Amino acid sequence: MSQGAVGEPLLQVDDISVYYGNIAAVKGLSMSVPQGAIVTLIGSNGAGKSTTLRTISGLLHPKSGRITFEGKEISRSPGHEVVGMGIAHSPEGRRIFPRMTVDENLELGAFTRDDKEGIAADRDHVLELFPRLAERINQKAGTMSGGEQQMLAVARAMMAKPRLLLLDEPSMGLAPVLVDLIFDTIEKIRESGVTILLVEQNALAALRVADYAYVMESGFLKLQGPARELAEDDEVVRAYLGG
Amino acid sequence: MASTTIDAAATPPTPTAPPSHEVVDRTNRRWALGFAIAALGLWAFYKFALESMPGGVQDAFQTWLPLTAVNEAIVWVICAIGLNIVVGYAGLLDLGFVAFWAIGGYCAGWFMSFFLGQYDITFHFLSAAPPTQSGIHINWWIVLAIAGAVCAFFGILIGAPTLRLKSDYLAIVTLGFGEIIPQVFVNGEDIAGFNLSNGTKGITPLDPITALPVGPEAVSRPLGPFDLETKYLLFALIVAFCVFVSLRIREGRLGRAWLAIREDELAASMMGVPLMRSKLAAYAVGAFMGGLGGVVFAIHVNGVFADRFNFSISIILLAMVVLGGMGNVWGVMIGALGLAWINSTFLPKLGETVNDALDTEINFPSYNFLIFGSILVLMMLFRREGLFPETRTRELVQEPERTELEDMHADLEGDVR
Repeated sequence: MSQGAVGEPLLQVDDISVYYGNIAAVKGLSMSVPQGAIVTLIGSNGAGKSTTLRTISGLLHPKSGRITFEGKEISRSPGHEVVGMGIAHSPEGRRIFPRMTVDENLELGAFTRDDKEGIAADRDHVLELFPRLAERINQKAGTMSGGEQQMLAVARAMMAKPRLLLLDEPSMGLAPVLVDLIFDTIEKIRESGVTILLVEQNALAALRVADYAYVMESGFLKLQGPARELAEDDEVVRAYLGG
Repeated sequence: MASTTIDAAATPPTPTAPPSHEVVDRTNRRWALGFAIAALGLWAFYKFALESMPGGVQDAFQTWLPLTAVNEAIVWVICAIGLNIVVGYAGLLDLGFVAFWAIGGYCAGWFMSFFLGQYDITFHFLSAAPPTQSGIHINWWIVLAIAGAVCAFFGILIGAPTLRLKSDYLAIVTLGFGEIIPQVFVNGEDIAGFNLSNGTKGITPLDPITALPVGPEAVSRPLGPFDLETKYLLFALIVAFCVFVSLRIREGRLGRAWLAIREDELAASMMGVPLMRSKLAAYAVGAFMGGLGGVVFAIHVNGVFADRFNFSISIILLAMVVLGGMGNVWGVMIGALGLAWINSTFLPKLGETVNDALDTEINFPSYNFLIFGSILVLMMLFRREGLFPETRTRELVQEPERTELEDMHADLEGDVR
């Protein structure tokens, strides 16, 4: 397992501010996600974590600052183009397509691609990561349990063959045993060469798998450092991580 | 690369159950066959069999299911299938679909009659109209295509500014559009000196249509007002076209995009579905079919009359889609046939029968909205998915989308007591 920064930054966020109308949700955030790393963005409810992810994936646009991915500016690109560039987003609250089967959900994950063989290979790959989904391949996604839906949300994002995977609260509302399973899978996904930016409220679990961590509070970046160091710093844990 | 880490031998066994779209394909083929048989059977029945039936049977059919009512119902079917693309497939509420019906109708009025002869325009193209007549006379198949294209353009025009709106607001804007367009035609007699629509006097008669523009007499003769059987066949062909287009698009990339948008717009956009383009495409395709319906209706009644295009048409169309089963083109077709028949034939005839028997003067047709309204309310209470829901909805509607409070089993009745 690697620690600290690994290689070139894949994603660079420079001093972005994001507004909902007149209200700033993210204020002057800068961060970088190195190639091949798991970087986590943690903080309490309303800190601006999800807003940051949505801005990276092009659903929102920063009022100021810039985001570059593989050296290309993406701050103004619409969401559907960002997916094609190699950034997939597994949204908060799963948001699977309930009336579609597991298979159809996966098919939609690959919406921007047209390489049939590559899609078939990645379908096999994600079904290997989540054998449970293979068992339910023709079941309507809305009839599955919360844990299975979360697996599907991650698997669906993987179908875009991303180089950067954005995961928003993958452990939300899951039983502890499923949380472990999801986090194990996140490590496996990284091992297959995908860089991961993980937003979590379950900070301690996130720090265990991540290489590097950013801590947000009310829209500002409060703290950053190698995940292990943050997790071991008692003061940090008490102040920000609810330890 | 993600896939290179997989050992080929470790690939999990591919699931054996057939992919769901194959199941859908098979179901659709069965339905298509059924409908083809029913449609052709009905034609053969009216054309050949009915004459040799006993007088009582003939009378019963003339009263309760005259072919002209069937032809009118087909107009509703075409428009309902179009609306189903917008509402059923893409999940965009549209309360102004009558606008496309009207625009399609006027395309027939402009391009298939003497009407534009008033501006000394004379143009004939493969039309059955007498060559000496002034005005634009284009073959009706081509007018269908023109009307479809014009409506698709207007579909995009209305769609573009409404794309950022959600449900209720979208519905209100489309409602406005559905009011504006017919009003333009009602008052279109003198638009800065230009007579667009002939106002409430309407444009009539239209050119007679022919099955084919050229060929032997049997297929190229102009169809008179009583040639209902042949018109029925031609109209049914247009329905078949709309069904075919609906089903093909549905299983393709665009259909997937619509489905995703209907299920969860935000998630769809995260999957890379271009929301704007996909929604506009839904408006355009739906409007195209609305335009076809408009032309067919104009031909059916041999004219276009501005005061016929009112709000109730939009609502009835929506009721047809909801009743039949949003998203299932076969269900929508049955819903449209059923409601159209109730409206055009069943209520008036029932009224006559009852009034004759009881010596009363109840105006049954005027109760149609009471009946449609009741049907909608009952549907929402007991069968939200429609009579023939699409396959994908069927399994999930055991838990229909209730409000969040209901989901929590909150005690709502406590309020009342």
